[in-house]
Amino acid sequence: MKFDTPAGINPIDKGRVVGIPHDRIDGAAKVTGTAPYAYERHDAAPNAAYGWIVGSAIATGRIAAMDLRAAESAPGVIGIVTHANAGKLGKGNMNTAPLLGGPQIDHYEQALALVIADTFENARAAAALVRIDYAAEDGKFDLAAERLNGVIPPEGFGGPADTKAGDFDTAFARAAVKVEQTYTTPDQSHAMMEPHATIAAWNGDKLTLWTSNQMIAWSVGEMAKTLGISKDNVRLVSPYIGGGFGAKLFLRADALLAALGAKQVGRPVKVAIARPQIPNNTTHRPATIQRIRLGADKDGVIDAIAHEVWSGDLPGGGAETAAQQTRLLYRGANRMTAHRLVTLNLPEGNAMRAPGEAVGLLALEVAMDELAEASGVDPVELRIRNDVQYDPEAGPQRPFSSRKLVECLRAGADRFGWAKRNPKPGQVRDGRWLVGMGMASAFRNNLVGKSGARIGVDTKGRIIVETDMTDIGTGSYTIIGQTAAEMLGVDLDQVTVRLGDSRFPVSAGSGGQWGANSSTAGVYAAAMALRAKLAEKAGYPADKAQFDDGLVKFGNQSQTLGALAGGEGIWAEDSMDYGDLDKRYAQATFGAHFCEVGVDMDTAEVRIRRMGGAFAAGRILNPKSARSQVIGAMTMGVGAALMEALDVDTRFGFFVNHDMAEYLVPVHADIPHQDVLFVDELDDKSSPMKAKGVGELGICGAGAAVANAIYNATGIRLRDYPLTIDKLLKAQAA
Amino acid sequence: MKPFTYERAASVEAAAKAAASVQGARFIAGGTNLLDLMKLQVETPAHLVDVNHLGLDRIEKTEEGGLRIGALVRNTDLAADQTVRRDYAVLSRALVAGASGQLRNKATTGGNLLQRTRCPYFYDTRMPCNKRKPGSGCGAMQGMSRSLAILGVSDACIAQHPSDMAVAMRLLDAQVDMVGADGAKRSVPIADFHLLPGDTPDRETVLKAGEMITSVTLPKPIGGAHVYRKVRDRASYAFALVSVAAIFGEDGTARFAFGGIGAKPWRVAAADAAAKQGAKAVAEAALAGARTTHHNEFKRPLVERTLASLYRQQEARA
Amino acid sequence: MTSDHVTRRGLFQGGAALAATAPLVSQAMAAPAQPSSKGTPMSPVELTVNGREVHLQLDPRTTLLDALREHLHLTGTKKGCDHGQCGACTVIVEGRRINSCLTLAVMHDGEKVTTIEGLGTPEALHPMQKAFIVHDGYQCGYCTPGQICSAVSVLEEIDAGIPSHVTEDLAQVAFSDAELRERMSGNICRCAAYSNIIAAMRDVAGETQA
Repeated sequence: MKFDTPAGINPIDKGRVVGIPHDRIDGAAKVTGTAPYAYERHDAAPNAAYGWIVGSAIATGRIAAMDLRAAESAPGVIGIVTHANAGKLGKGNMNTAPLLGGPQIDHYEQALALVIADTFENARAAAALVRIDYAAEDGKFDLAAERLNGVIPPEGFGGPADTKAGDFDTAFARAAVKVEQTYTTPDQSHAMMEPHATIAAWNGDKLTLWTSNQMIAWSVGEMAKTLGISKDNVRLVSPYIGGGFGAKLFLRADALLAALGAKQVGRPVKVAIARPQIPNNTTHRPATIQRIRLGADKDGVIDAIAHEVWSGDLPGGGAETAAQQTRLLYRGANRMTAHRLVTLNLPEGNAMRAPGEAVGLLALEVAMDELAEASGVDPVELRIRNDVQYDPEAGPQRPFSSRKLVECLRAGADRFGWAKRNPKPGQVRDGRWLVGMGMASAFRNNLVGKSGARIGVDTKGRIIVETDMTDIGTGSYTIIGQTAAEMLGVDLDQVTVRLGDSRFPVSAGSGGQWGANSSTAGVYAAAMALRAKLAEKAGYPADKAQFDDGLVKFGNQSQTLGALAGGEGIWAEDSMDYGDLDKRYAQATFGAHFCEVGVDMDTAEVRIRRMGGAFAAGRILNPKSARSQVIGAMTMGVGAALMEALDVDTRFGFFVNHDMAEYLVPVHADIPHQDVLFVDELDDKSSPMKAKGVGELGICGAGAAVANAIYNATGIRLRDYPLTIDKLLKAQAA
Repeated sequence: MKPFTYERAASVEAAAKAAASVQGARFIAGGTNLLDLMKLQVETPAHLVDVNHLGLDRIEKTEEGGLRIGALVRNTDLAADQTVRRDYAVLSRALVAGASGQLRNKATTGGNLLQRTRCPYFYDTRMPCNKRKPGSGCGAMQGMSRSLAILGVSDACIAQHPSDMAVAMRLLDAQVDMVGADGAKRSVPIADFHLLPGDTPDRETVLKAGEMITSVTLPKPIGGAHVYRKVRDRASYAFALVSVAAIFGEDGTARFAFGGIGAKPWRVAAADAAAKQGAKAVAEAALAGARTTHHNEFKRPLVERTLASLYRQQEARA
Repeated sequence: MTSDHVTRRGLFQGGAALAATAPLVSQAMAAPAQPSSKGTPMSPVELTVNGREVHLQLDPRTTLLDALREHLHLTGTKKGCDHGQCGACTVIVEGRRINSCLTLAVMHDGEKVTTIEGLGTPEALHPMQKAFIVHDGYQCGYCTPGQICSAVSVLEEIDAGIPSHVTEDLAQVAFSDAELRERMSGNICRCAAYSNIIAAMRDVAGETQA
């Protein structure tokens, strides 16, 4: 099916199942511990040996010598994979550094060996016996120091590196009110709860991987390319994923080394990347330096807006596209954005939840707070004044498909009690707490992607949906079930959903908040095909047949789905593909974050007291799980604002705080009740679901709302994230 | 984790004897720190003597009116003990400020005193660390040292002592009771139990090979208002940047001990003596000789701020 | 390319990054029982897991977590960090919640262990499991068994009057959202279902408000 004209009325609009809050259909499996995650497939690979990864102790250089003798003769060891015996390996298109290093070493903790033993304990102990002598080389690890060496990065998901419209320099020079500031954000770690993990098994030349991966089809291709085998010989199974946030978009060392190990020892091998290895072995969100210039008239109306971003990555890597939202969020005839990429020999930078916007808004939305103050306009009102209903770079000929930023700002402000905020910083006290309120706009691009599904009905009238779509906590199982139930006129409990297997039709996968809308649109397409088949079998005209109560109806005739399915069942498969609606229309999701913080007047400890927001993301398919996505992302925004940072040791070239005791993420005690309002919206240009992504919107701007609240509480404006006690104290003393 | 052998000791004497007779033997109690480090091969004992079943889990009054706390009393039980809550509240407060509920259910009184530093260079065996591998250098001093110590540090080591409980014990003038492999018993004041790093940061306490902590004894209660204030980067389940244990007397006197800033739980008489002059004077006295890095110099003002907060709360109460 | 690693590392006092990870093990250290060629001798361990007695022969290095997951195939208990930093491995041993990753199975010989599988099944859910579903107290599900084991224990701990960091009066432990949040802080949820988990716990505790 092709979606190339705006959606009219369709079966989803019935809203009998879709759009209603539902408990997750995978809930019972998750709360009872019976949902099987990658490393747990004793059923599928009962004889798996255990692999333990040996990571590089240096950041750049070469292996001078590798002595495996002690490890090989250690108890229980049955094999060791290294570059020397792995055979010729390719590299996945989406991997920047090889997943198995050697002799060249690209970054600290890059996998250099996999030690395989009969037990976990033996593998881990033997891995420590692998001796590697290194010839280290100089590397570059300091983004600030390398800033001037930035080059124009290749074009990625975020569009071109540079954009411009009008004449920024002239307009900025003449602006009545100006903000010109530099903001910095640190490297961040996804820190999903389930480590990267894979069990690999070969059957002849067929490889099966039980793994934890967001993008099944991508990773099948990447594995095939890396091993130099046919895609047809690779099967990925990933029905449950213990969090991803972008960390599991790609093939990683656990999967490759498990595959190589299983080949070498002739039996299944299971590998998890140990927690202390994850931050340096895998990918992270790159640090940024962001320079923002806003020029406005005395009423705060923006005429000139510029956002320049510097980030680093390994050679061949990409940029953190933090200026993305600045291209679309606010008005201003004169504008420019630019990204520059420097070469750093730190571990590989890549996508983490809302790549681009998550950190771009940490800068832009604080700059907007600064503009609000400089122009004497309320921060909510300032954003309303600067709303624009079309792509401001392209002009009115490219309107937004739907844009409800102003509605979100108003509804959110009202609900939060924004009117009670004292605009003058440092005025409100509650005991030892300095109290302040802050807000920020939320913005995240809406991406759509081709997505397929297979859908069938059995003799009992039960609906089965199969797609390689993944559920990384996003609620895919449930919204896909809801979509199928809605389309075929059954209740949700009449639907079985099977996900995350490369034997199923290729979906859009989970990433970039495109998954929910795209994958359900794929199910819509397949369901339309099944409806046609069922109507045909019933002898009803396909466009007139009604699907209700487990029946196919036409006029006053009806037949049950089960009867039509017969003993064989009926299956249909299709995918949803997209035309140019996302080119003709700017598509994005919007929202408004509000936050109240307390800052200890003595120690500068920051506590979130209240947090809430209003969001517009098209049709909200399951308000229950969508709300969870938003509050979870808001919490990650709190982490970014207050505590999350991978600390770079620029001498050794690695992230020092590489475990969960040292890389802090928010805990229960950091997070109060969070209020989420979804503003009614149907986006008919996004997909037949009229939905958009919502999984990343919640992080976009959340941290800036915290930063602005801290400013309102204390009068301290920090521009270097995270906003920790040491920085607050230093600013206070200055 | 290197292979080791394991035995469950049947008595204190047998445990001490076993530990002394096997090279590379270690006691294991809660295991929450030891096993963490063994997995990384920061610790590599050849033999573990399990001391969990020796009856060292009792809290009893001493003849002097104090309290003897068995070395195996779990953090949760110690924090919840009615006498501790009433008479040594700062100890309860310090305990519940540490770690998580799960860890406190396992971690023991003796083990907590032996908790090792959270310095990230100590934890990564590929990095230089004089504490983990004497003579290999200090990765932290010129590296990331934000969380590390500013008092009692040496040219060899700036690791911080991570315990909360031990800070309260230091404040309460606890005695650490030990039994040696030969059965000899001795007690040392907690002030003398932990060693400063000097040139031998690998030596952290006065415990001799095979010697085991059997209990920690508190003197009789001194009354006063007990507070423990822990400042950290998130609201819970994180190590202290700075912590202050304090007991304020009704007459304006007070005593203070500090966590997060010292190579060992930190207490100086001059700080107590300055109590009546307020937070600034106490901080100045406590911080005498402090040596900071670019990353952890904020701990100086933070000590004063934390004290100021405590004084403010005291005034509010009065 | 051929530069000596030691020289370069020497710049940073000491150069511990020299050999890959650790020096060679001398396994035959004077331990009472000599390891066999297959490694450490096995230790018999008897546990009562979810009411069922199990007899295992385990490498003493086996954590309680790995005994459950790899030997008993009770994979509901999760390994998130294996270092006591996340709480995903929380189980209830002898009535108390602990991190099963930071304890050896052999140390629990003769003890009773309750895992998520012992609390309830999809057909017969524990009230806390049910409340997590109703309040969407999870997302990816990986920290969930640990959260639920903790949540069940936390309500008992409050009932038992065990104080926490946010208990205002040590003599009087009272139920509140702040108490729940503090006590649950040893269970990290990166999806951050935190506020839903608190709602679920409040529901089970029969408390409608903080």
